[in-house]
Amino acid sequence: MHLSVSAVSKTFGHGAKAKLVLDDINLDLDSGEFVALVGSSGSGKSTVMRLVAGLERPSTGSITVDGRPVKGPGSDRGMVFQKYSLYPWLSAAENVAFGMKLQGRPRRELTERTAYFLEVVGLSDAGRRLPSELSGGMQQRVAIARALAADPKVLLLDEPFGALDLQIRESMQEFLYQLWERTGLTALLITHDIEEALLLAQRVHIMASRPGRIIRTVAAQLDRTSLAHLRVSRPFLELREELAGCLRSLDAGIPA
Amino acid sequence: MIATPSAAGKARSTRPTRAAALGRWLGHPWSLGVIGILAVLLLWQLIAASGLVNELFLPSPKAVWMAGSDQYSSGILVRDLLASVGRVGAGFALSALVSLPIGIAMGCSRVICQLLEPLMGLIRYMPAPAFIPLLIIYFGLGEEPKILLIFIGTVFFNTLMIMDSVKFVPSELRETALTLGGHGFQIITKVVMPFIAPQVIDAYRINMASAWNLVIVAELVAANEGLGKRISMAQRFLRTDEIFVGLIVIGLIGLAIDLGFRLLMRRACSWAN
Repeated sequence: MHLSVSAVSKTFGHGAKAKLVLDDINLDLDSGEFVALVGSSGSGKSTVMRLVAGLERPSTGSITVDGRPVKGPGSDRGMVFQKYSLYPWLSAAENVAFGMKLQGRPRRELTERTAYFLEVVGLSDAGRRLPSELSGGMQQRVAIARALAADPKVLLLDEPFGALDLQIRESMQEFLYQLWERTGLTALLITHDIEEALLLAQRVHIMASRPGRIIRTVAAQLDRTSLAHLRVSRPFLELREELAGCLRSLDAGIPA
Repeated sequence: MIATPSAAGKARSTRPTRAAALGRWLGHPWSLGVIGILAVLLLWQLIAASGLVNELFLPSPKAVWMAGSDQYSSGILVRDLLASVGRVGAGFALSALVSLPIGIAMGCSRVICQLLEPLMGLIRYMPAPAFIPLLIIYFGLGEEPKILLIFIGTVFFNTLMIMDSVKFVPSELRETALTLGGHGFQIITKVVMPFIAPQVIDAYRINMASAWNLVIVAELVAANEGLGKRISMAQRFLRTDEIFVGLIVIGLIGLAIDLGFRLLMRRACSWAN
């Protein structure tokens, strides 16, 4: 699998009201990679995600998956949103099965895969519960299981832990990292949290605002045997501080 | 000697438990409502018994009860009831069936919404009873004009309320379905319709009240039987007791329908509570 975003720009509105929100975005993603896009709010990072998902069309440039241009949303690019991510009238298991049902998969495959992916996210016992009976972290794990069960080539995560408490966030980051290691999934993560990006992704793109553009790309080759240790390790903290400084200078209006 | 204090304690403890039971009963959400209804019945009885008001204007509860049981035993009440319920049922079912797809279409498509919303906004403000003369000219005095009156009087409200509920479907829920491989029609049947189900049931519940208003109005104008017809006949013969029977029966049916919709909501959409 190869996802390629090349020379993409996006303008909202027409004529005098036209506003350039993304300018010359380039990024690539290969099978098994975990890439993060970090930016403050208004940097257009969510728009990048929506373009890749096919929910919006680029104004110029092209987005391709395995050489084929993205023409709209499809199950090859699964998405997890920050909020309203589950169908409140369906149980956790029914939510996981939802995508497979839309695709018309046979019933037996449906039940097997649902059970499998509930187990992958550690929620085998919660299958019958409604989303309102699950904690925020559990809800997002169900949403991830549902996206994975639909068998996407790449998982698009739009601030998936943005609405969670700090402690739960940290355990979810741990969970997502282990999931990535175990299943070899390919993921594009959108976040405003530099620490989250550095913990999980091998490549981190930093975005600036107005218009949204990638100003820096770092390869985060860090020792991830223990995320808890990584969080307080020297190279990690230095890199984090450096990138934070980079974002701060942008907010202050000083060219980086 | 040892048993005595405990027995005394038991005797004393009955009072607080009875008070607690009363408190629990009062705490039930329906208790105060029942008390309110009983209070009005009592007041009615007191005024009627005092003789302050002419019985022609205010029949006693007993007289109303007698008139009601007379109507019941002669079969008139059941016949009227079936006639009115049948009209409401037919007119409202038609309205519900038509408003659901149009409301969803208006909520999902901006083009359809912009095309129909001004038109509906205009017709909505025309009082439905004002259509009665026209309906009688078109359809005569049979069932059609009455059923159509209920249809006209509720379909626009139903449609606009359903349209609004569709607009509140979070875009994330639709978009998630799209990224899971769903397409147009599936988004409507698998995402939009389940999400709006509670609001649709509620819209039907609220607009059902108008349907009951309209059937009575239609029957006051022209009908051979029905609860509204019975009331207007009773007026002609100064039978206030029969008017009271009609009013109370209409109220009770309205209440029953309202409760029925609430029960349906609780059963079908337990996730929304």
